[in-house]
Amino acid sequence: MPNLETFRRETRAWLEANAPKSMSTPLAEHEEPCWGGRHATYPNPDVKQWLDVMAARGWTAPTWPKEYGGGGLSKEEARVLAQEMAAMRLRSPLVGFGLVMIGPTLLQLGSEELKRAHLPPIVRGEIRWCQGYSEPGSGSDLASLQTRAVVDGDDFIVTGQKVWTSYADLADWMFLLVRTDPNASKHEGITFLLMDMASPGVSVKPIMLISGYSPFCETFLDNVRVPRQQVLGEINKGWGVAKALLGHERTMIADIGKGFGGESKERNAVELARTYLGERDGRLADALVRDRVAQMEMDQRCLDWTLARSRDTAKAGHAPGPETSIFKYYGTELNKRRRELKVSILGPHALGWEGDGFSPEELELTREWLRSRGNSIEGGTSEIQLNIIAKRVLGLPD
Amino acid sequence: MNFSLTDEQQLLRESAAAFVRDNSSLRRIRALRDSKDADGFSRDLWKQMAELGWLGIVFPETHGGLDLGHKELGLVLEELGKGLMPEPLLSTVLLGGVVVWLGGSAAQCESVLSRLIAGDQLLALAYQERHSRYDLNHVATRAERAGDGWRLSGEKCMVLDGHTADRLVVSARSSGSERERDGITLFLLDAHAPGITVSRQWTLDSRNAAIIRFEGTPAAPADVLGSVGGGAALLADVVDRATAGLCAEMLGNMEAAFSMTLDYLKTRQQFGSPIGSFQALKHRAAVMFTELELARSAARAALMAIDESNPRSAEFVSVAKARCSDTFMLIANEGVQMHGGIGMTDEHDIGFFLKRARAAEITFGDAAHHRDRFAALQGY
Repeated sequence: MPNLETFRRETRAWLEANAPKSMSTPLAEHEEPCWGGRHATYPNPDVKQWLDVMAARGWTAPTWPKEYGGGGLSKEEARVLAQEMAAMRLRSPLVGFGLVMIGPTLLQLGSEELKRAHLPPIVRGEIRWCQGYSEPGSGSDLASLQTRAVVDGDDFIVTGQKVWTSYADLADWMFLLVRTDPNASKHEGITFLLMDMASPGVSVKPIMLISGYSPFCETFLDNVRVPRQQVLGEINKGWGVAKALLGHERTMIADIGKGFGGESKERNAVELARTYLGERDGRLADALVRDRVAQMEMDQRCLDWTLARSRDTAKAGHAPGPETSIFKYYGTELNKRRRELKVSILGPHALGWEGDGFSPEELELTREWLRSRGNSIEGGTSEIQLNIIAKRVLGLPD
Repeated sequence: MNFSLTDEQQLLRESAAAFVRDNSSLRRIRALRDSKDADGFSRDLWKQMAELGWLGIVFPETHGGLDLGHKELGLVLEELGKGLMPEPLLSTVLLGGVVVWLGGSAAQCESVLSRLIAGDQLLALAYQERHSRYDLNHVATRAERAGDGWRLSGEKCMVLDGHTADRLVVSARSSGSERERDGITLFLLDAHAPGITVSRQWTLDSRNAAIIRFEGTPAAPADVLGSVGGGAALLADVVDRATAGLCAEMLGNMEAAFSMTLDYLKTRQQFGSPIGSFQALKHRAAVMFTELELARSAARAALMAIDESNPRSAEFVSVAKARCSDTFMLIANEGVQMHGGIGMTDEHDIGFFLKRARAAEITFGDAAHHRDRFAALQGY
């Protein structure tokens, strides 16, 4: 394709002219990527400038149609853009649930009105989204959710409680599942709503985790008015919309690959073992740890190759194979093992919580170990993933 | 590296699948075992495989091969693995044929490859000894100077398909101490040369192997394969290629065992329900599937790394062999457990896969050996 090479040259030239130099550096320790939104704070003007120049071209959402603010690029062009950005080590100008979850779902299933209202602000990084799915009584059994929405004139009145809402305290809008028909069977009476977090009756409380971090919130909904035009899909057909969104979420997980608490900024297990356990005759001194490290590194390669196989199959124009169903389960379990191993390597140096006597790296690794316990719970537990594989892929009976 | 299959590769795989389906039931494998068949495989099927071009897949066209890659050969091996076929592809092609192709003189290649590809000559690589475990450099068999040639003495064991081989490639020590890397020389010999005795071994998985003794066997300078004393690198390369091929075969083995177990979970009734409806078994089946998909990627990655002459292909091979060994053992052990009592009987086929899993795991190094090798290759 000759056009693609022209596009590559032009893209490279444009990026070189427009990307602030500081955006070609990796994120510093504890530095967050740019999430955008009304509450966004920018650590330096370059981050905002980078967002603005990319958003003006629609390249924060390269493949979305131009009429909704996107870049209007073909998949091939978007891949070229990603390659050129990777070659210059450029950061993503914008991340978030708007770009990877609700945006693609709106494009797939949204009315013209909803798309025009919601997609451009996502592209420009003006609105940050959060996901209102889980409830105190509805974890793995999500469809049992109880938050109810009753029609009142042109509005729904929504009352209930959502939990594990990632960054609800920083989000501007929430996409959520509510029960609109309490008499229907549990998958039937659910509606998919879009709600402004600034609406009266919405309150948010961060949850302190065992790791000491608070990335999640409880969200309380007390007679919140949501206009009926903010239904995505049809009333009482929200479960189908939720499943479509899950498809986009899985694609994202597969794309990210090592996206389960990736360790790009951290020292790997081999380096830690050299420091904490030493070497003998040029090899890690502790043969048992060496075996565990090798096992983990080899399993990571097998996962990476399976992700590559899945991508190659898709590129060759074939439907995704059954292997895509294993990524969430295996990726999270592997990350848990990696965290476990790093803490074992630290030994007594992993005992610190805060204060003196422990390096920042040691304190961080201990908390990341605790944080990683949630990997196999959030987004569908490992047990639910295994249920799905058993039923959908292997065809085992109920 | 592209993991997807081209249309031609798909066709090759389909024709191999059809060949196995039409020609090799597990009943045939059982009959070969029970009758103590002298060859332990079918020469008629071997000839048919030659006619299909499979014996020449990896060899250049100048020798009558198809000049394709290990990835393609892997697709055939995977399908043969589903039928537990004992035909000597690994020994004759991937061990014996490849060592001659990579290390042999023009005359040696000439004398071996075209006849091998036509299905008229069987080879075996005699590299293993009673105490060598997984160390290819542990060679006690001696090659002592005699005139301008050598005389070989010593004993090789577990020589894969050694009982039917027409030609042998033997590792022998022409200098150095018993475990030294330097001083290993490979010889290409006629299997019926003076001073060679071959005795059949009976292995756990009913495959075919032999003990081969050398008592003053003469070897001429023209019989040396590669360089005198420098055989270790060639041997390691060849065994790696064969290991990747074995991984492909193991993949087919475990797919068949898993499919058999899955059928049983869907049909066997207890407590008024198919046992596959019980979550304790569902989850374990889903784990087996997950590990199997990872093994598939690893086996294919290793074969492709070899085709691309990746300088780190040994790492790929170790990842694949460790993964395939562990996953095949898991699937075979779980297969017997999930079949329950019937799985313990000789009458049921699942036991064949358990035995094959153990034998294949031990061939060319088990998972722990390859984890250690991977760590060493990675510099830790």
